[in-house]
Amino acid sequence: MLMQVVPVAMGIFCVALLLNLWRLLIGPTLPDRILALDTMYINCIALIILYGIWQGSNLYFEAALLIAMLGFISTVAVCKYLLRGDIIE
Amino acid sequence: MTLPFWLEILVSTCLILGSLFALVGSFGLARLPDFYTRLHAPTKATTLGVGGILIGSALYFSHQDFNLSIHELLITIFLLITAPVSAHLLAKAAMHQELPQMHGTQGEALLKAQGHSQVQSNERQAEEKKDSEKGGDSTTASHKIT
Repeated sequence: MLMQVVPVAMGIFCVALLLNLWRLLIGPTLPDRILALDTMYINCIALIILYGIWQGSNLYFEAALLIAMLGFISTVAVCKYLLRGDIIE
Repeated sequence: MTLPFWLEILVSTCLILGSLFALVGSFGLARLPDFYTRLHAPTKATTLGVGGILIGSALYFSHQDFNLSIHELLITIFLLITAPVSAHLLAKAAMHQELPQMHGTQGEALLKAQGHSQVQSNERQAEEKKDSEKGGDSTTASHKIT
């Protein structure tokens, strides 16, 4: 049953990613686009974990962890840029 | 490696619930009216959804490898810590850019006192006032009728 559930969950996440992409394209302001990118990387983590379950492989956690850390740092960097006009003062 | 049936049911429930929560979060991001309300959906629902997926994955790999799988817990805790921080920074950036807020936001009067209010929201407020006056008239009329 799990092998039927994982593709369904992947499809739902693909729909979620498309909605995020729509907000990224039409987003009226810059923080909207940053928020859309933030949500996209979180959804991508879930997609990678689902692919790991599908393959039965333990190898994909490191990739997910790396994406989580880099995504958070990039969000913070862009927010700092919007707030201060500079990232590292 | 086959899973016992009850564990398969548990993992599948976690996966489906998590993906539905993430879908709700993304739908809210796409549909809600202004930035501050849009900030709610991904930071709460999507984090919970990914947490559900990671719990399902942890259960699956704990059974597969015959020991407790900690990796997913690491990612879950990391996401739970970082999501409020990034949301806070995004809200600060939005306040700094003075983005327009939906009419009916709490503390709108304070923003107006600071000169942060938008022309658009003022216009909306004026319309709302007219509407409420009309509404008040109609309610008093209905009172008289009853």
